[in-house]
Amino acid sequence: MTAPLLQVDDLHVRFPISGGGLLGRGRRMLHAVNGISFSLAKGECLSIVGESGCGKSTTALSILGLQEPTEGMIRYRGLPLAGPGAPGRMQRAKAVQMVFQDPYASLNPRQSVRSSLAAPLRLHGFTAGSEIDGRIEVMLKNVGLTPEHANRYPHEFSGGQRQRIGIARALILEPEIVVLDEPVSALDVSIRAQIINLLLDLQEKLGLSYLMISHDLSVVEHMSDRVLVMYFGQIVEEGGWREIFEAPAHPYTRRLIAAIPDPEKALNTAELQDCVSDVPQFAGRSFISDGSTAPDVFTAPAPSELVEIGASHKVRLASA
Amino acid sequence: MTAPLLDIRSLHLGVALGRSAHHPLLKGVSFQIMPGEAYGLVGESGSGKSVTSLAVMGLLKRPLAVSSGEILFKGQNLLTLPKREMRRLRGNRIAMIFQEPMTALNPLSTVGRQIAEMFVLHQDKSWNEAQKLAIDALASVRVPNPDRRAKNYPHQMSGGLRQRVMIAMALACNPDLLIADEPTTALDVTVQAEVLRLIKELCAERGTAVLFISHDLGVIASICQRVGVMYAGCLVEENETRALFDTPRHDYTKGLLGALPRLGSRSQHGRQRLVDIDSIIADRSKLTETRFIAPRGIEGSQP
Ligand SMILES: Nc1ncnc2c1ncn2[C@@H]1O[C@H](COP(=O)(O)OP(=O)(O)OP(=O)(O)O)[C@@H](O)[C@H]1O
Ligand SMILES: Nc1ncnc2c1ncn2[C@@H]1O[C@H](COP(=O)(O)OP(=O)(O)OP(=O)(O)O)[C@@H](O)[C@H]1O
Ligand SMILES: [Mg+2]
Ligand SMILES: [Mg+2]
Repeated sequence: MTAPLLQVDDLHVRFPISGGGLLGRGRRMLHAVNGISFSLAKGECLSIVGESGCGKSTTALSILGLQEPTEGMIRYRGLPLAGPGAPGRMQRAKAVQMVFQDPYASLNPRQSVRSSLAAPLRLHGFTAGSEIDGRIEVMLKNVGLTPEHANRYPHEFSGGQRQRIGIARALILEPEIVVLDEPVSALDVSIRAQIINLLLDLQEKLGLSYLMISHDLSVVEHMSDRVLVMYFGQIVEEGGWREIFEAPAHPYTRRLIAAIPDPEKALNTAELQDCVSDVPQFAGRSFISDGSTAPDVFTAPAPSELVEIGASHKVRLASA
Repeated sequence: MTAPLLDIRSLHLGVALGRSAHHPLLKGVSFQIMPGEAYGLVGESGSGKSVTSLAVMGLLKRPLAVSSGEILFKGQNLLTLPKREMRRLRGNRIAMIFQEPMTALNPLSTVGRQIAEMFVLHQDKSWNEAQKLAIDALASVRVPNPDRRAKNYPHQMSGGLRQRVMIAMALACNPDLLIADEPTTALDVTVQAEVLRLIKELCAERGTAVLFISHDLGVIASICQRVGVMYAGCLVEENETRALFDTPRHDYTKGLLGALPRLGSRSQHGRQRLVDIDSIIADRSKLTETRFIAPRGIEGSQP
């Protein structure tokens, strides 16, 4: 069997927080990511959902090499991507890139589109001006812009166009994996639709693999092959998009889905939906949390395990 | 027939540029809200939703100014009301909640005191009485341990709790109209659902009318009986919520509905491309001329 494109094994990230006491007393550990394992296949869109602070970005930053894992292993094509034996920044840049939430903040206002796209190419040993220009031209067309746009500066573009430039910059080195952290949440509905269409087209055309983080579950349902539901730094449910959206098992997943302000649902059910009735039971084991109360981030979560409940469907239950 | 609570008539508003020049932002917006009704305004960023609500609250700041039109509240034109009377109305008969509670709450004062102030200012209560009423108000927005929470400063609370405090403050004097401008956009979905439910239930209970502003059609659908769709400073379509979703008539509304991924649609119809509003509306500048409003309960026709 060939190694998966990306493999994350038992990732933990803890942040030391000073308690504010005299002489640094009361230094505590904030448990941000508490043992995450998953893999990403070539051409797949895997989404991570969960509430603010559950550790989504910290997980993504670890994969990008921007956050040192406290424990655990991240492998790209079987080789370590972070920690000891990891490749340098340059090699990693060809494996994983990121599209940021805010297209305004992620572009240098004083750099023309051409220079912000050319810089990574130069760093990676492209010297011929004609080849650099050629690649930039192809990439701008890929994201729905024209070669003439290369001479413009970020402020000369609309929000949607800027996000297209952000995508072009992430793709210019032809990475296999693109991390999308809330790629459309800063955009207006009409522009959001264009960018979602573009991301799906590019995924198909270039065979990209996406690791997407999003608060918007209707976008997640639309774009994902598989979904990870995260709560307090752990995966509480994992499955194909159909399992997660049609047969959610964990009470927290059910709460999230019930909370989506969906027009159809709102118009067809008299009351705003609450959630969580008839949560299924699995072998008489309970859930460690239903996600309705804020966790104590300074204590590790109670022992539990991800249990298979279907071919590609897992849910976290308290340890037997 | 009952008279409308709020009746906005052909409101024109813009940016004053020097003596005579004027850049229009609202180009003749008209709509009505009945007592106890929840009315939603949707539309893209910059379409004029917030300036409409600021005009109603009498909170427009220079260089923004109303150039013509009327805003009738219980039959009284708010645009010609003396400043002092407007101030009395605000917070008392018309209240507002914003997207970011921190901008509206005083960071240096406890939330209990800030709510109590509403009773002192608008209902001539003594501070003693007002403090007790403030705790009741916190309880009514389902803040756990209201007597303890009343002593908290805003920064000691989560975003969801702060938004509840804002709602408690806004509803303290039982206003006739609550204006909510994107009140849940900054919140996590589950917290958003709780806050929406709270607004919906409290307003229904007290018969408070709501002007609810959001770019999220799903949020609007869960709260409002009627919806107005704004585009480039015009109300381009208005209808009962159900009808607007089932039979959108204006191209922009159709585009807006098709641009959203809808929950469950992938399993029913497979993954379809989302509608690109710009491609169905070739010339955005022409849009405003196809203004279409379906009056309440009446099958409208294109004017
Ligand atoms: N550099 C840091 N130092 C200390 N704590 C941090 C740091 N980065 C993140 N945290 C904490 O780790 C936890 C996880 O944060 P993270 O940013 O991964 O959440 P998230 O799921 O991306 O949330 P959001 O949806 O708000 O972006 C949070 O409690 C956060 O406060
Ligand atoms: N103080 C101001 N001076 C000049 N123009 C302004 C001012 N305030 C708002 N505008 C303009 O008025 C128009 C309408 O703004 P408004 O804030 O009402 O939009 P909105 O529909 O609430 O958008 P959003 O969804 O982004 O909140 C925009 O084009 C905006 O740029
Ligand atoms: Mg994040
Ligand atoms: Mg606004």
